[in-house]
Parts: sequence; C-alpha cells; structure tokens
Amino acid sequence: MPNAAPSTFTGAADVIAVLVLLTEFAMLRAPLLRSQVRLYAFQSLVVTSLAIVVAATRHVDELYVLAALSFILKVVIVPRIVLRLLSRAEVSLAGSSAFGVATMTMIAIAVSIFAFFSIGALHLQSTALPSAALAISVAVVLVAFVLIILRSDVVSQAIGFFSLENGVSVASLVVASGLPLIVDVAFLFDLLVAVVVFGVLMRVHHGRTKTLSTDSLDRLKG
Amino acid sequence: MNHALLAIVIIPAIATIATWWTPVAISKVITICSGIAVFALALALIPSATTHGYLAAGPAFRADALSIVFLVPTTFLYATTSIFAAGYLHLPAGDAGRRYARRFYAGLNIFCWSMAVAPLVNGLALLWVAIEVTTVVSALLVAIDDTDGAIEAAWKYILLASLGLGIALLATIFMYYAGTKVFGSSYDLSYGKLLSGAHGFPKEIVRLADVLAVLGFGTKMGLVPVHTWLPDAHSEAPTPISALLSGALLAMSFYAILRFFQVSVRCLGPTFPRNVLLIFGLASLVLAALYLLSQRDLKRLLAYSSVEHMGILAIGMSFAAPLAIVGVLLHVIAHAAAKGTAFFGAGSVVRKFKTKDMARIRGGVGLLPWSGPMLVLAVLALSAMPPFGIFRSEFLIVAGGLSDPHDVLAAVLVVLVTVAFFGLSWFTTQTMLTPVPEREGLGLERGETSRLIVVAMAVGLVGLVVLGVHVPGQLSDLLHDAATQLEAVR
Repeated sequence: MPNAAPSTFTGAADVIAVLVLLTEFAMLRAPLLRSQVRLYAFQSLVVTSLAIVVAATRHVDELYVLAALSFILKVVIVPRIVLRLLSRAEVSLAGSSAFGVATMTMIAIAVSIFAFFSIGALHLQSTALPSAALAISVAVVLVAFVLIILRSDVVSQAIGFFSLENGVSVASLVVASGLPLIVDVAFLFDLLVAVVVFGVLMRVHHGRTKTLSTDSLDRLKG
Repeated sequence: MNHALLAIVIIPAIATIATWWTPVAISKVITICSGIAVFALALALIPSATTHGYLAAGPAFRADALSIVFLVPTTFLYATTSIFAAGYLHLPAGDAGRRYARRFYAGLNIFCWSMAVAPLVNGLALLWVAIEVTTVVSALLVAIDDTDGAIEAAWKYILLASLGLGIALLATIFMYYAGTKVFGSSYDLSYGKLLSGAHGFPKEIVRLADVLAVLGFGTKMGLVPVHTWLPDAHSEAPTPISALLSGALLAMSFYAILRFFQVSVRCLGPTFPRNVLLIFGLASLVLAALYLLSQRDLKRLLAYSSVEHMGILAIGMSFAAPLAIVGVLLHVIAHAAAKGTAFFGAGSVVRKFKTKDMARIRGGVGLLPWSGPMLVLAVLALSAMPPFGIFRSEFLIVAGGLSDPHDVLAAVLVVLVTVAFFGLSWFTTQTMLTPVPEREGLGLERGETSRLIVVAMAVGLVGLVVLGVHVPGQLSDLLHDAATQLEAVR
C-alpha cells in the first residue's frame, strides 16, 4: 500500500527492525568484545519489545509468554554467560578483524542493500504485512554473516550467530506471529542449548590455546 | 496412537539417562539393547506404514512411508554402531576413563535419539528443532577427544551448521508465511496441512523458501559449497561418531530438504525444485570426485565419499523419473550401511596402525584377517560394485536418468562416479592389498583388535548384500510408496 499512511503496527515494526539492524552494525564495528556482548543484549531487548508490540496490536496473547522467555534468556542469561567467560579469559579483549572498520561497514551496507532489493523483488502484496521490516530482518541476517566472516575470534563469531537468530526472530514476529507457542519455545530452548555448547567449546578452546582468536584453527585442510 | 512409534521415541531417551549413571560395562549393554530394539521397532513399522498411509502418536509424532525410509537406516546404524563402539573404545583406567565413557555413551544415545525423532515429528517447525538438537549434541561428540584437531573441527562444525540452520529457520518462516495466505495467520506447519494447501501458496515465497531450505539444510547435508566443516568433523570425531555423522546425520538433513521439496513441487511444479537440487548435487559430485583423488587421510577419504553420495542423492532427485526417486530412497539406506561398515573398518585400521595417514598404512588385509577384507568389500560397495545395495540404487538412479529428457546428466553422473571409484579404490589397494611391510611391521601382530568390530562390519555387509541381491517385498513397497509421495504434484 504505497499511498496509504502506514498503520501503527507497521510503523512500530519498521522502526524496531531498523533499530535491530543499526545495533547489528554497531556490533560489527565494536572494538571490544565486552561492548559487543552488551550490544547483543540491547538488540535482544529491542526484539523482545517487538514481540510485545505484536502481541498488543494483533491480540496474540501467547506472544507475551514468548516475550518474557526471550527477555530472560536473550537479555539476561546469554549475555551473562558470555561475559563470565570473558572475565575468566585473561587475554586482550579487543576483537580482531580482517579489515578496517570503514571497509567492514561498506560491505555490510552493500549486503543490506542487496537484502532490501531482493525482498522487494518478491512483490509481497499484503495490507497487514510490514514488508520493510521483513527486508530489514533479512539484512540483519546477512550483516551477521559479514560479522562472523570478518571477525576472527570465537566470541564475535558466537555472538554473530546469536544475533543472526535475533534477525530471524524479527522475521518470524512480523510474518509468522501465529506460529504455535510450543514451536517458539522450542526455538528458544534450542538457542539456549546452542549457547551452552558454544560456551563449552569456547572455554575448551581458550583453555588449550590461551587465546580467543581463531587464527590457530587452521590445521585441518584439504 | 501407535505404540511402536512411541517406543522408538522413548527407548533411546531412557537409554541416555541410564547410561549417564551406569558403569561402562552396563552402559555398553544398554546401548546395544536400545539400538537393536529401536531398529526392530522401525522394521515393524514398515508394513503398517504402507497399508495405513501414515501412523500417528499424538499431534506431534507422525510417520509416513518417507519417514520410515529415513528411520530404518538411522536405527540400523544405531544398532551396529553401538556394537562397534563396545569393541572400539579403549578407555584409560580410572576416573578419566569413566568420565569419558559416561559422556560418550550418554552422548551416543541422545544423538541417536534426536536422529530417530527427526523423521517422526509432524511438521517443518518441529523438524527444524529436532535437527538443531542433532547439531548441538553431535558437536559435543566431535569435540569429545579434546585434541587440538577435535576442538578445531567441532568449532567449525557448530558454527557452520548453526549458520546453515539459521538459514533453514528463515526458510521455515517463509514457508509458514506462504501458508498464511491459505490457512490464515495461525496454524501449525504439519505436513498434512501444508501438502493439502500447497497449490494455493504464493509462488515467489515458496521459491525463496525452497532455495533457502536447500542452502540451509544443505550445509548440514554436506552439499558443496557449504560442505567445508564435513571432512574435518568426520576425521576428528571418534570413529563410531564419524559413522553416525556420515551415514545417518547427513541423510537426516536430506530428509528435511525432501519435505520442503514435497511442498514446493505441489506449489511450483517439479522443474524449479529439481533444478535447485541439480545445481548443488552436481557441484558436490564434481568437487568430491576430485578431492577423492588427492586424499592422504583415511577418514577424510571416506568423508569426501559422503559428499559424493550426497551429491548423487541430490542429482537423483532432479531426474524426472519415478524410478530414479525409488533409487534415491534406496540409496539413502544402502549408503548408511556401506558408509557405516567402511568407517568401522577404518576404525579397526586406525586402532591397529595408530594413524590415519594412508602413506603409513600398508598390508591391512594381511594384518587384519577379518576387518581388512571386509573394509575392502565395504569400499567396493561404496563404489557401487555388485552385489551390494549401492549398485542397485545407483543403477536405478542412472536408469531413471536415462529416461529423462536431459539424459546427458545421467552420463555425467556415471563419469563422475567412475572418477570417485578410481580415487577410492586406488587408496584402498595401496593401504589394504599391499604386502605387510617387513621393517615397519615390527610390533604389529596379525589379528583383530576386537571381535565386536568384526560383528558390526559383518552385519553391515549382510544388509548391503540383502539390499543388492533382493530387496524384501515390504521394503520395496515402502520405497515405492515414499517415491509416490515425493512425485505427487497435487
């Protein structure tokens, strides 16, 4: 509906999606791992608020439960686990990257534009759907990929995966808000298990190499 | 309510909990019993799945012919791997050994549980959840040896597989969104519902979901170019886990792709989903065939052979022939048996020679009187030699491909499979069929390291011969039913 003014829901969803994308950009350029984790917590908080907006405007009460779970898990528990891990690691906490900040940001902008146009090319005709928010959520996923590819330390890579999940959550909230609650809870539970496994592997990696860098992970080839 | 179905979901879960507490010797027995019981139950489901259409246990579990086709090889490997593992594991004495055994057996059981549950859940969303569980559990099992290589492999594996599954989740959400156009904003993603409404879904969105699903689940299936974790994880994991990864886990992601394929075919017609699989399949087969020619590491050799076979599966699905689809489904089962047996043999060789480097393995058949020749047979089976099951399945795929209008693809398939055969057989003859070296053989006595390894391999080979010589009638019905499910356009 190009000519009509956006509804409150569409407007709110688009604004929140943009916030999530901007946080993703901030994570990409954050030099300190600690600030990256905090940005992830903030991003999760924004995603949680989207769940509340969707629950209120579309009268999907189940989503309040999801919002509560997502707050506890993604805003409190996951960042805390990773921060505890970081406080144990007595190494330089600055992340490392293959390129400078400017280059990384340019690449991220390029993939965001790609996401925006490729979702636009789908011609989603819908009065109820904020298609801008959908395109932005795909952009979040792609920028998370850039983050994982360009940063070479285990914490950034794990956080990149978690924030990718935030991007998928945004997509799921805007286009699939009716998904059964049990499925959403299963997704969150899976995330928690993944966090634990990532955490275990990060600790083992740090224990063996005394570093969080992935530079030493280059033995297996061919 | 189907009780056998429910039992398959419950037994490995109980085994997981039990093996966490019991001493090693009892854990071995529990795991073997659980594996054999679940395999027997899976076989028992075959006749009822073909006569009733589908079986259900509550709203969450549902098994049709396609589910059972994937359940059978998974549970078969559960049974044989638990026998193999009992003979293969050499535990250090004391606390360290006990801790390792507890993690290993509980991990093995929960891994097999997650892989047995994945084809039984009803719906794309639950399927995604089940496959994510297989990932996190198997990543811990890859890392269990706690060597530099194992940690590196596990990290690459969990990162790449999680990213792939992130994309697959996006695919699931897009598919859900496509469904809202027919079912309204709230529904579950159960298969029956999706298939009944698929022809009314918006085509652009289903197309996107299909491509994302092949890319996302393809990462776990080992399709090129998103296969890069696979050789590392397969070579660094303990050998029983390698066998399960290669024979069952990869196929499980293929199952997920087929579920998307089913919906896509009904919505878009067969051409688009077939072409998507063809592109990934060809890339996998070409690259794997070339890598097979230059491997030094025995387990990496088998890992690239898995990439090759996953490529064959994807290409087989792209042929417009029912025969080829029956071949693909048979290939899933036969590949599980062959790859499992080959990894068991590789495990026996690695135990004997204490290395995976093929340049240092000589005279395998001379030193390992049983598992040596059986490894050679398993590799021949992997190269599609008669009378083994893969010969029959690849024959069906190629025969189906030749009846397809694009029959040149079948010719390409045969050429690439031949290249792969050359790579596999060259290294096998180099390592296994050479005379026992005089000087380097010092300290290596002729004889098996464990009888259980021999038993597990023998069971695998018997399965392969049965599939190759005469597919039992009920299994054949099952394969045809599942193939009909996959081709049904409306």
